[in-house]
Amino acid sequence: MKLAVWTYEGPPHVGAMRVATGMTGLHYVLHAPQGDTYADLLFTMIERRDRRPPVTYTTFQARDLGADTADLFRRACEDAVARFRPEAIIVGASCTAELIQDDPGGMAETMDLGGIPVIPLELPSYQRRENFGADETFYQIVRRLAAPMDRTARPTCNILGPTGLGFRHRDDVAEITGLLADMGIEVNVTAPMGSSPADIARLGAAHFNVLLYPETAEAAARWCEKNLGQPFTGTVPLGVGATRDFVNEVRALVPEAQRPSEAGLRLPWYASSVDSTYLTGKRVFLFGDATHVIAAARVARDEMGFEVCGMGCYNRELARPLRAAAKEYGLTPLVTDDYLEVERAIEALAPEMILGTQMERHIGKRLGIPCAVISAPVHVQDFPARYSPVMGFEGANVLFDTWVHPLVMGLEEHLLHMFREDFEFHDAAGPSHHGGKAVAQPEEAAPRATAPAGTDVVTWLAEAERELKKIPFFVRGKARRNTETFAAERGVREISVDTLYEAKAHYAR
Amino acid sequence: MTALPPPPATGCGAAPVLKQRGQREVFCGLTGIMWLHRKMQDAFFLVVGSRTCAHLLQSAAGVMIFAEPRFATAILEETDLAGLADAQDELDREVARLLERRPDIRQLFLVGSCPSEVIKLDLSRAAERLSQAHAPHVRVLNYSGSGIETTFTEGEDACLAAMVPVLAETDADDLLLVGALPDVVEDQMLGLLRAMGIENVRCLPARRADDMPALGPNTRVALVQPFLGETLGALTRRGARHIAAPLPLGEEGTTAWLAAIAREMGVDAETFARVTDAPRARARKAIAAAAATLEGKRVFFFPDSQLEIPLARFLTRECGMEAIEVGAPFIHRDIVGPDLDLLPAGPTISEGQDVDLQLDRARAARPDLTICGLGLANPLEAEGLATKWAIELVFTPIHFYEQAGDLAALFARPLRRRAALRLEAAE
Repeated sequence: MKLAVWTYEGPPHVGAMRVATGMTGLHYVLHAPQGDTYADLLFTMIERRDRRPPVTYTTFQARDLGADTADLFRRACEDAVARFRPEAIIVGASCTAELIQDDPGGMAETMDLGGIPVIPLELPSYQRRENFGADETFYQIVRRLAAPMDRTARPTCNILGPTGLGFRHRDDVAEITGLLADMGIEVNVTAPMGSSPADIARLGAAHFNVLLYPETAEAAARWCEKNLGQPFTGTVPLGVGATRDFVNEVRALVPEAQRPSEAGLRLPWYASSVDSTYLTGKRVFLFGDATHVIAAARVARDEMGFEVCGMGCYNRELARPLRAAAKEYGLTPLVTDDYLEVERAIEALAPEMILGTQMERHIGKRLGIPCAVISAPVHVQDFPARYSPVMGFEGANVLFDTWVHPLVMGLEEHLLHMFREDFEFHDAAGPSHHGGKAVAQPEEAAPRATAPAGTDVVTWLAEAERELKKIPFFVRGKARRNTETFAAERGVREISVDTLYEAKAHYAR
Repeated sequence: MTALPPPPATGCGAAPVLKQRGQREVFCGLTGIMWLHRKMQDAFFLVVGSRTCAHLLQSAAGVMIFAEPRFATAILEETDLAGLADAQDELDREVARLLERRPDIRQLFLVGSCPSEVIKLDLSRAAERLSQAHAPHVRVLNYSGSGIETTFTEGEDACLAAMVPVLAETDADDLLLVGALPDVVEDQMLGLLRAMGIENVRCLPARRADDMPALGPNTRVALVQPFLGETLGALTRRGARHIAAPLPLGEEGTTAWLAAIAREMGVDAETFARVTDAPRARARKAIAAAAATLEGKRVFFFPDSQLEIPLARFLTRECGMEAIEVGAPFIHRDIVGPDLDLLPAGPTISEGQDVDLQLDRARAARPDLTICGLGLANPLEAEGLATKWAIELVFTPIHFYEQAGDLAALFARPLRRRAALRLEAAE
């Protein structure tokens, strides 16, 4: 038993729904009680989908238990096939139905459903989670429907991984499709999102696969490699360097592929321009799914000039590559799906910025740390109306804008340093482009009574405390922490103005 | 004051009820935790369930709540399913840890879910044991919010019913008002009753554990929500007497509800008029502003909260709408009977659901406004049907006079918005 306040991932059948909802011509018959229908609103509300997810729930009730839940399932299958006329169905159980052991997969396979493929899913609800559910579902669909076939005459690839409710999947697919077109490579099938069972059947015509989202399509990509003889790309093209690596990887697979144009790429110049100087060495903490965190860490350090002070992921399945990547930054990553643990880690590290999920956005709000969202779980805000990929060259531009936005802007930061005595330039004023209004600085509270209790307590003298307040708010946390560490290391119990500046000189870089 | 239409000669009280069995597109009772934990400020709701339960609570909360919420899920894992004795020990451990971290908690609800019911995890035994362990500071109760037993608002019913047996006994001649309302609305309600000279009034649930009401043979009970059938049964079994009335929604409903209580408590007509005339007039005026948009429009209710019948009564009688279908997940005739009698004959009254068949009926009827859950709203909008999210009717203050205008406006807004959007080229 594990206590959870918020979860990063839903149960595995929600992962299966993400695959089914992304596709056309596929229907999911889910043995589940009525409450599980809440999952529909994830798609219709968060993603603003204009139709219901292609899911039929059996919605069995207590009075059905032990009587005819199996029959209920059979009827739901027949009704769904008659009403929606899918090309194929996937069938499975949610957590509750798993306990009553009706074996929906076995039942559906013995039914006469007009000869359409029936793909049973075994998704262990009490062990695994949403990403596993998506990955396993897509794998089962591919395994069932795809078969070796003649390759297309021209070089083509499949894009594997995008699903319903994916973080920026819609625009990433458009961006990478465009990038590949620029290289002279056509996309054969994009799946699961946008594909039908008939499309899955012709996956084998492509020369190779682009594994865009390992979280949801790695098992399928490996199956295709083994059974269809298709190599797949290992680089996720997120960030300038990674996109260039991806291009090289594709060119190694398809020697005749062209170099794509980088005409629209602005991140390198924006990051080099003098206004960006202030980004140098900003300490960032990254958390999300492993793929986005690994890629974002490289962008943060190498393309934005940040310092990566901590990183982690919530999906254990990809903890290994994350650990390998974290070594590059001299870090031990945090692998957990416990929101409170992530909060504690952030609090202890006191980064200047968080690159995280919607959960970390809330943590950041509470701790007063700016946050940009880089990964699922998604929120209605993660489906902007405008074109907003995070992959490819345009994606790199988007990352620059998105990550700079929560911060105080470059020139503004300098002005804050220069005019820090001005009554409008104080903590509560916040970045000027975030709305709200400047309020006059409150009168300084009476100096804290100094009452060091234990021997390990470091006390700020009133004058030092006042001096600390003159330091702009966005670096004050770091200054306080550095000074306290400096004092503690030297056995200094009382921090004076001198201690503050000695610490500053010590940590100068 | 312009008079409302007289009660219909044939209301829907005797109308046949369409009952279909198929896929139900509704929330489970766990969802009630969303408003119950806000109402009872020293209570914590611990769902014993699966990752799905935790995901539902998070999704139903829509936006995550800023502070650490007073609810959580103890997620059952493979090991808990293997041996039930373990699950009880694990529960003790998690509860002890939780109460240590949250000393402000005075009431703890162990909330059963579909998986905990199916594996027959005995939460009443756990609640008894934990109550003893943590008494007197914390009282531990249990109820089921599982989707195999409860639909959406029935979670509140199950929660309140679980509280009835532990309420103290009294002989006092008092009035008990049952159902969670936002504090601001509850205060208005108590103010109206006080102005009529009815003083001995208590609420269930109370805002804090120490204020929980007592109960006895001289207690009269009025419900402010239609979905409290089980709670009403538990109260009457303890000797309380039910004052049947239309629900206090809209001017007519509020007046009828107050009048039923006034009759029971011996309030004279003059006092009643003195207290209600001004707010009645205000409510009528406020409703009229929104009713202009709603007049003559046709409305279709998908089942959601059991508020559908009282709301249909309000929309047809006070806002001039025509009801095509009024679907409710469950109909408690003891409670919504007076509302059904006032609802003019005509609409299909349906109980339970086969969502695909009901969608077919809605598409065929092409109502001007469809009241439905969040899973159906955008898909129906995309088909050209204006919709109103049913869940907003549960989260928003809508009861009593001062909210009557807001209630009408909630239904008018989708129609006004459609009229306001002009996306075509000018010419």
